[in-house]
Amino acid sequence: MKTLTYAQAINEALAEEMKRDKKVLVLGEDIGKLGGVFRVTKGLLAEFGPERVMDTPLSENAIIGAAMGAAIMGYHPVAEIMYMDFLHECGDQLVNHLPKMHFMTGGKLTAPAVIRTQYSLGRNTGAQHSQFFPSLYMNTPGIQVAAPSTPADAKGLLKTAIRGSNPVLFIECATLYGTKGPIPEDETLIPFGKADIKRAGTDVTIVAVSRMVSEALAAADTLSSDGISVEIIDPRTLVPLDTDSILASVKKTARLVTAEDSCVTCGVGAEVVARVTERAMDSLENVLRIACPDIPAPFSPPLQRAYVPGKEIIANAVRGIVR
Amino acid sequence: MLEEKVVELFKAGLIPGLAHPYMGQEAKAAGVSAALEKGDLVVSNHRGHGHSVARGVPEEAIFSELMGKDAGMCLGLGGSMHSTDLEAGVVFSTAIVGGGIPLSAGVGLALKLDRKPNCVVCFFGDGATNTGASHEGVNLAAVWKLPVVFVCENNEYAVSVHVSKSTLASLVERGKAHGIPGQSVDGMSVLDVYAAASVAALRAKKGEGPTFLECKTYRYTGHGAYDTGLDYRTQQEIDEWKARDPIKRFEQKLGVEGLATANELENIRAETRVRIEKAVKFAQERPFPSVDLLTKFVWA
Repeated sequence: MKTLTYAQAINEALAEEMKRDKKVLVLGEDIGKLGGVFRVTKGLLAEFGPERVMDTPLSENAIIGAAMGAAIMGYHPVAEIMYMDFLHECGDQLVNHLPKMHFMTGGKLTAPAVIRTQYSLGRNTGAQHSQFFPSLYMNTPGIQVAAPSTPADAKGLLKTAIRGSNPVLFIECATLYGTKGPIPEDETLIPFGKADIKRAGTDVTIVAVSRMVSEALAAADTLSSDGISVEIIDPRTLVPLDTDSILASVKKTARLVTAEDSCVTCGVGAEVVARVTERAMDSLENVLRIACPDIPAPFSPPLQRAYVPGKEIIANAVRGIVR
Repeated sequence: MLEEKVVELFKAGLIPGLAHPYMGQEAKAAGVSAALEKGDLVVSNHRGHGHSVARGVPEEAIFSELMGKDAGMCLGLGGSMHSTDLEAGVVFSTAIVGGGIPLSAGVGLALKLDRKPNCVVCFFGDGATNTGASHEGVNLAAVWKLPVVFVCENNEYAVSVHVSKSTLASLVERGKAHGIPGQSVDGMSVLDVYAAASVAALRAKKGEGPTFLECKTYRYTGHGAYDTGLDYRTQQEIDEWKARDPIKRFEQKLGVEGLATANELENIRAETRVRIEKAVKFAQERPFPSVDLLTKFVWA
């Protein structure tokens, strides 16, 4: 095992995949000389040259279009969209085109493009540079969605994404970029659709997404001293979603809490709760969604603190339903 | 002739959904396709039947797709606005106005990286030039010197709104504003289109980057097979354009220059009619796809 940050782990996945396959390309805003505004693509231009590491204009539709066009011609482009908020700039190529190319053409085309982006909630970046809205793409058939919470998952999932045949939206979390974690020395690919049980427990199941995984783990430590045993599930990929692992856990604990940095309405938690309710209603005693309120992200730090969910909110919520 | 049949079948309820006829605009598909070689590609749009025909997509596959039958080029999953036939060089046609332009830049990027001696032509209408995606796509192809030929079929109307109500700029100037050559050509003349497309394709293949061609043209029907377009245009205007019909003009030219006799032209028309009737019959006799198809191609 070695230790890398989340950002370094993603960088390593890109570099390894580019070495493995000449058809892997990287493109996006500021990803070349600068190495990305979060330095995730640092060093790739020097190693792989300007034909494979391409700075683009500020044109999100063109970035996705270029990645998609190259993908249907046999390339495996990894496009970076600087902030998740900017995905709305390229909604046409990302929602109306990319996920549907295989379907609309009766299977004649495949578009294995990976779209990397990050959400910055928690960095006081305001309403237009903070949003995390993965459920929008869970509602868009044809694109897989990954939201890794650790460096090892980020690396292993990205490698799987690049080698796959489908488009993937790969959502990173900016507040995690500097967090460190163990990375296997051997090449490790993490399959899509396989949740990670981060902690086993018997009283309550927390399904936590991205940054909320570490918050849930911290809350579980506190709760265990109160005698509450928490099971934490990190789905890792939201499409496909490992519903079976969640159901198995809820059948054991009878209580389901979801935790995410999205706004609560129609978020990931809403879908998780719906699936569990449909298939295991008899096992359920209580459910609760922890998420941001249906309010745009505020800028001022005290307001942001009040807005963003965290370990205290999770711990209190769990105490409230485990009685 | 194919499109006349499309309108007839649409009105008879045999083509579900939407269909956007190409009548009046034939010189673009024909002229551009004549300038292309094997391996050259086309990205088309919602008014794309003509592009497919000109590239040699079998009429059986076109009519089958339009009718939602299993022998369609997209197995009935696409419909009138989507065609893909890689053998014929039709990569994709999009139903989102302007959406094919960024995609064509990506196809051009792949051709360039593969060092292929080919280009990709992207067809779109005047309305598309008002979308942000169109400017993003043309600009990216320009700055990366990608082998793309942008063919703007300016038929003057975006559904019902005249081009003069949408932009003060000339469309070719808009294209040229991205730092690439542009030319405005008579889109009712197949030879003019062919000449301009040949120059543009050659330039793309030589690695000199994209060209923006504005082809001034007109559609005889309304936006779709379902409307006449008379809510926003006069019959006189339609008739004036029809008097410059690209097929009739080309036939006259062939006659004047002694390249084809009236008999030969009539034979071509008759053969085409037979071919189309055969294709329609084929499509009508094909079954609809089985429901299994619904889940088959969501994921690759």
